[in-house]
Amino acid sequence: MPTELIRILISLVAFAAAVGLIALVMVWVERKVCGHIQRRPGPYEVGPWGLLQPLADALKLMGKQLVMPDQADPFLYWLAPILVFVPVLLLYLPLPVGDGLYALDINLGVLLIIAFAGFTGLSMILGGWAQNNKYALLGAARTVSQSVAYEIPMLLSVLAVCFVSGSLNMAAVVKEQGTWPWNWNVMTQPLAFVIYIVSALGETNRAPFDLPEAESELTAGYHTEYSGMGFGMFFLAEYANMIVVASVATVLFLGGWQGPVLPGPLWFLLKVSLLVLLFVFFRWTYPRVRFDQLLNINWKWLMPLAVANLALTAFFVKVAQYAFVK
Amino acid sequence: MNAIKQAFRTVSDLWSLMVGLRVTGKYFVEPQRTVRYPWKAVSTVGTFKGHLELVGGTKDPFKPRCISCGMCAISCPSGCITVVKRKPPKPTPEEEKAVAEAKTRGEKVKDQTPKDPEKFLYDFSLCSLCGTCMENCPTGSLRFSHNVYVAGYSRNDFQYDLVLQLREAEAQAKPARREARPAAESEA
Ligand code: SF4
Ligand code: SF4
Repeated sequence: MPTELIRILISLVAFAAAVGLIALVMVWVERKVCGHIQRRPGPYEVGPWGLLQPLADALKLMGKQLVMPDQADPFLYWLAPILVFVPVLLLYLPLPVGDGLYALDINLGVLLIIAFAGFTGLSMILGGWAQNNKYALLGAARTVSQSVAYEIPMLLSVLAVCFVSGSLNMAAVVKEQGTWPWNWNVMTQPLAFVIYIVSALGETNRAPFDLPEAESELTAGYHTEYSGMGFGMFFLAEYANMIVVASVATVLFLGGWQGPVLPGPLWFLLKVSLLVLLFVFFRWTYPRVRFDQLLNINWKWLMPLAVANLALTAFFVKVAQYAFVK
Repeated sequence: MNAIKQAFRTVSDLWSLMVGLRVTGKYFVEPQRTVRYPWKAVSTVGTFKGHLELVGGTKDPFKPRCISCGMCAISCPSGCITVVKRKPPKPTPEEEKAVAEAKTRGEKVKDQTPKDPEKFLYDFSLCSLCGTCMENCPTGSLRFSHNVYVAGYSRNDFQYDLVLQLREAEAQAKPARREARPAAESEA
């Protein structure tokens, strides 16, 4: 099946370009929103409204010397930034951007994304370990406990949606939802949506759950010693991951490309950007939680709620099947 | 009972998240406070506490009120101030005679030396802007300037002669008067 392969290759390239572009835009949006929330202008010097600022930053990062600390593990040290980025591209493969507009029609799309999302944590651990730096190591340790913890409620909330849709295929989940907002899964699964958003923040190390890179405690956390593009890759991956979780939320809860009037991909983009904007707002609104709080939120609230939600969903799905389908 | 309280607290905690978002959302749409400096400047430099400057007299705003008493120099905890008094002017022979006569008559002779300082040396690099000198000045001749734009390349750039500064200010404010004065002096 060479056509399939070509399709995947082309879309990988397209995704790589899109991720780069989106990350640049995201950096700009993040800084602008942050600035306006703090009643500052944000970047405004380079280009109109400072639009070229992230580009200048990226060029600066690329031009910087790549430094490696003494006694670091060179192989792991350089492997980590590459490894953090590769699975991110894979995550985009099963995402249906529009009707029939996806790289890989796979009926376990949700599973694929969740499986590969774990890779990000792995490369953070590798990077944190390889640097021979206590802050990086602490950051890596936090990453482990955090992503292991938050993966579970995330999975459970996603599973609840899949129960309702009866499929793990993302395109099928989207098709099953209707055009209008009240036809979307977020209406039937509001709790799962909230749980998903919270644990997605935890998964992507976004504030208020950005403990692995808590500046005030760990300087820069798991990427303390990385300079230049080494750091740039981690940075890029963070934003790319944010887009992924927002896209998955859009697909599973917000009707994916479905929407009135406007064409599908535009709706998809609109919903994703709104979600991402929400994430940015969260970051500049909420203070960072303490580590015990982080774990308490997860194990004492998200987890039981997600389990209860899943059980209820399963029950009602079964009842509905019994009542209507038979 | 406790469980109900707990549940209530949780709900109110969750509500506080919404409140937080509302606050940042409000600030997000409100106009910015930042003034883009090189193009615009703030209008409140009047509240700025800069280096010391001498206050001029009521008649001549460019002649310091200072009477060279040296209280400021003594009171300054950092020793930034040195007041150099004026030398008494060389008396003319008639004046000398008049003074000698007055002394023989047992009268007190009035010191003719101008009281304003010759130099008022002030080391801004040591000053902690505490204001003690101002409080101790009997004539109210010292105050903080509103000069925001003080900058220099070395420590020595902050050794000021405040009398000189006052003269420079005079020169800037009244170029016409400055030209008139030497002419008048040469005539005299
Ligand atoms: S403000 Fe304080 S430190 Fe500065 S010259 Fe006056 S007394 Fe000295
Ligand atoms: S500034 Fe005031 S305290 Fe200082 S010498 Fe002049 S009159 Fe005296």
